[in-house]
Amino acid sequence: MSEPSQPDERPKAQDVPVRTGLGGADIVTDDAGLHRADDSGEAPEYHDGTQIVARSQWQLFRRRFFRHKLAMGSMLFLLIITLAAFNAERVAPYGFNEIDVVMRSTPPTFEGWHLFGTDQLGRDYFSRVIYGTRVSLQVAVVVAIISTLIGTTLGAVAGYYRGWVDAILMRFADLIIIVPLLAVLLIFAAFFGQGQPMRIGVIIALLSWPSLARIVRGVFLSLREKEYVQAARAAGAGDLRIMFRHMLPNTMGPILVNMTLVLAAAILLEATLAFLGLGVNPPTPALGLLINAGRSSMLTSWWLIIMPGLTIVAIALAINFVGDGLRDALDPTQQEK
Amino acid sequence: MGAEPQFVDAPTGVADAEPLLSIRDLVTEFKTPDGIVHAVDGVSYEVFPGETLGVVGESGSGKSVTVMSVLRLIPQPPGRIANGQILLDGTDLLQLSDADMRKVRGKDVAMIFQDPMTSLNPVLSVGDQLAEAILVHNDIGEDAARKRVVELLELVGVPNADQRFDQYPHEYSGGMRQRAMIAMAMANQPKILIADEPTTALDVTIQAQVLEVLQRAKQETNAGVILITHDLGVIAEMADRVVVMYGGRVVETGTVDEIFHSPKHPYTLGLLSSLPRPDVDMERLVPIPGQPPSLINLPSGCSFHPRCHLGEGRQTCRTEIPPLFELGPMRASACHFHEEMEDEIHRVESTTGTAIEGDEA
Amino acid sequence: MLNYALRRLLITIPILILSTFLTFGFVSSSGDPLADLRQQPNITQEQIQRVREMRGLDDPFPVQYLRWVEQIPQGGFGEYLISPRPIWPDLQRVMGNTLQLVVAAELIAFAIAVTLGAVSAKKQYSVFDYSTTTLSFLGFSMPSFWFALLLQVGVVIIYRWTGYRIFPIANLSSPNPGTGMAFWLDRAHHLVLPIASLAIFSIASYSRYMRASMLEVMSSDYIRTARAKGLSERKITTRHMMRNALIPTVTVAALSFGTLISGAIVIETVFGLDGMGRYFINVIGRRDPYPIMAWLVIVGFFLMLANLLADLLYGYLDPRIRYE
Repeated sequence: MSEPSQPDERPKAQDVPVRTGLGGADIVTDDAGLHRADDSGEAPEYHDGTQIVARSQWQLFRRRFFRHKLAMGSMLFLLIITLAAFNAERVAPYGFNEIDVVMRSTPPTFEGWHLFGTDQLGRDYFSRVIYGTRVSLQVAVVVAIISTLIGTTLGAVAGYYRGWVDAILMRFADLIIIVPLLAVLLIFAAFFGQGQPMRIGVIIALLSWPSLARIVRGVFLSLREKEYVQAARAAGAGDLRIMFRHMLPNTMGPILVNMTLVLAAAILLEATLAFLGLGVNPPTPALGLLINAGRSSMLTSWWLIIMPGLTIVAIALAINFVGDGLRDALDPTQQEK
Repeated sequence: MGAEPQFVDAPTGVADAEPLLSIRDLVTEFKTPDGIVHAVDGVSYEVFPGETLGVVGESGSGKSVTVMSVLRLIPQPPGRIANGQILLDGTDLLQLSDADMRKVRGKDVAMIFQDPMTSLNPVLSVGDQLAEAILVHNDIGEDAARKRVVELLELVGVPNADQRFDQYPHEYSGGMRQRAMIAMAMANQPKILIADEPTTALDVTIQAQVLEVLQRAKQETNAGVILITHDLGVIAEMADRVVVMYGGRVVETGTVDEIFHSPKHPYTLGLLSSLPRPDVDMERLVPIPGQPPSLINLPSGCSFHPRCHLGEGRQTCRTEIPPLFELGPMRASACHFHEEMEDEIHRVESTTGTAIEGDEA
Repeated sequence: MLNYALRRLLITIPILILSTFLTFGFVSSSGDPLADLRQQPNITQEQIQRVREMRGLDDPFPVQYLRWVEQIPQGGFGEYLISPRPIWPDLQRVMGNTLQLVVAAELIAFAIAVTLGAVSAKKQYSVFDYSTTTLSFLGFSMPSFWFALLLQVGVVIIYRWTGYRIFPIANLSSPNPGTGMAFWLDRAHHLVLPIASLAIFSIASYSRYMRASMLEVMSSDYIRTARAKGLSERKITTRHMMRNALIPTVTVAALSFGTLISGAIVIETVFGLDGMGRYFINVIGRRDPYPIMAWLVIVGFFLMLANLLADLLYGYLDPRIRYE
């Protein structure tokens, strides 16, 4: 949809460079001379061809993202799931260990709201999945926040200071990137005991920051040569101020996209840990644990592995779709669909 | 020149020779999310055997897209050649099958691109890439191709050509790479050699050498050359005739002398007075006001009118698209008021403090 | 090229040594290896003390580390904590099995992903492109163990319908696998489902990278040059595009080797394969630090090997790398 051009939409001279990850330069000129210009619907009779709608990068980004139907749908889905999971006590029709003696091993049915069926003991799987989703989301959110903080900080420091700081940090990151994450997590779980979502989240986060650190470092390396950063330095701005005020805002795009990747990966990893019996402390029903429990009877009670599994896939898929929408919205060269 | 301006389809002047390449009414568009970009909007010009045709204009004037259309190298989609003819020796290239078009590329029409740093494949040796150009069009063995490549590299002045055959692009300097590109272009004795800003990406010190090599390549192949540049110095040195483009259209054509000394379009005059010139000492440069036009919403009428001093306040300029008025053999201007250009030149001369109008005009 | 290969090899050695140090530090600081033993009522304090002395658990850290490292080149990783059996024969057995699984999965995934990625880039915005994109999203949003379970269920359902067991759903070999060719055919048959489960994530992720790098290559200047030469589209694709597009994909594949090992842990558990993954789960369950350390060193060795191979491949594909 087109927006009417408003002259007062022109951004004021700001310390954000025109060409960065966020795209959306007010005039984009390539060698074919494709000028992004006034796209207002009505064609005025007289025009001199120089009216150009300038949009700030965030405006452009928002416009492109909100237009991405799949990403918006996924956002909505995630919002509902999250609200439901964190209000599990109110939303779930049963407690996670509550037993319906009359309906054991029942396939999904509306009778008694056993939407995902029940297991051999008569526990409602819909409720257990909701509680399990809460565990997954808790872990994933902790991972996303902590690994983003670590990755951004270390990447920024490496890219800004370069030299030996950079060399050491990046070698360290290389080492962590190739380590089989699951093996290390299992060792932790075995020796320190299984834990709360928080603890598992922290451990996963400690091992999943390197990819973001590399990305942020890359952006910082290129940004520090930019004129406006040089200018800020010449004006006497301190290192921290330059990093956080001038450079970090331009890394937000890649950071957001990476956050979605980390979220999805954490959900899968937590499920795997729980499946192997080394996730959060039982009896909290993690999704992976539910699948493991359903394994022995999966040929007769298919819903016991299908329903929790589909839930994991749906959540991970939705997060990845949001990430894809962000990526498209941030990439000025992407063709809009 | 007081003759009545007359409308003609194309500025076909009275020429002794038949044109080698004739572009007629070419329209090339690109579909973008913001609308259709009319990159080339009815362009016509000719290239005669053995001549060097300079094409000038700002970036976005459609000069590159025109020649890319000649080779049909426009990415489709989003690009589309919507109209026109491109006649090479009487054959319309736009009507050829893809397979036949491939036989033209690199053989009859060869091209040298702007950035030698990115125009060569980084993972193949330079020699292999040149040999490939020969092997595609000739039924010869690899050894013969190698021999020919070494000859070509020597011809364009790459030292130790035999050893450098096996080197990769990153082992070549920018100037050497552009020499290799020229060698590649002349490998099959093309009829038309297109050089798209061949020196823009190079150091000033290297530019002259590369132009010299280009001149040699032209003599060697006797090709008609289309030289695209925004550097008037390069035009003055290399070109016989000039086509000036603005906003996807041709606005003026003429010989180098005519263009430099008696421009018949305000945009040409603007270019001359806004850029430093090698032949004239100017006290002051006068920039062209405003910005290049949006190719999605071209200004109505003459697309140059928002930036034009001559057209200021004139209704005709705002509403009527000027045709290309033929002013003589191979001389044309797309300005409604080209007859007033002499006064305009005097006005600019008094601002810049230099004589633009030379004796030749 | 040889020079380059040697340099890469030399860099590997200090990293390998460092990784043994980190491994030992990590595992030995992870807790008291005898904690389980203490809780058993029929084991006396003296017995525990004897184990401590025998194993030198009271020695300072560097001494313990050196003693442990010394025995590695002699072809052994010592004995299990409780039972006096050597670790190495067990590891040797499971290593080969896991390598078959992981290497086959990696190669198959790489081949499929490169093809899918290249074709979808060439046919950008086509039905094929949209389908592979959708499938790859599904691929990396799906836990591999769940996919493995689905495959098992699927095979059983087909068996119930047709009476024909298309693939084995457990074990590495039949009870009587035979020898020679018959053995390997039987092995391959058993590995089909595990490989599929393991490869699905890699296919999804590598094909995305391949598609992206292919698209980037396709719009590069040197492809335009190749077109301007009059090369056929086929030749442009195979000679000019693929090789350039493979460079970033190879890097990603090499870095993902650790992920494959993680995957093997789960997949071997689901299919009951006698490989390193299931071995690891077993020793983790017993909290025996010695086989865990041995396992980590072996995995570290394979990671380095994979990295080295990738470096060589990288150097072969990209001449610029060889001279750095």
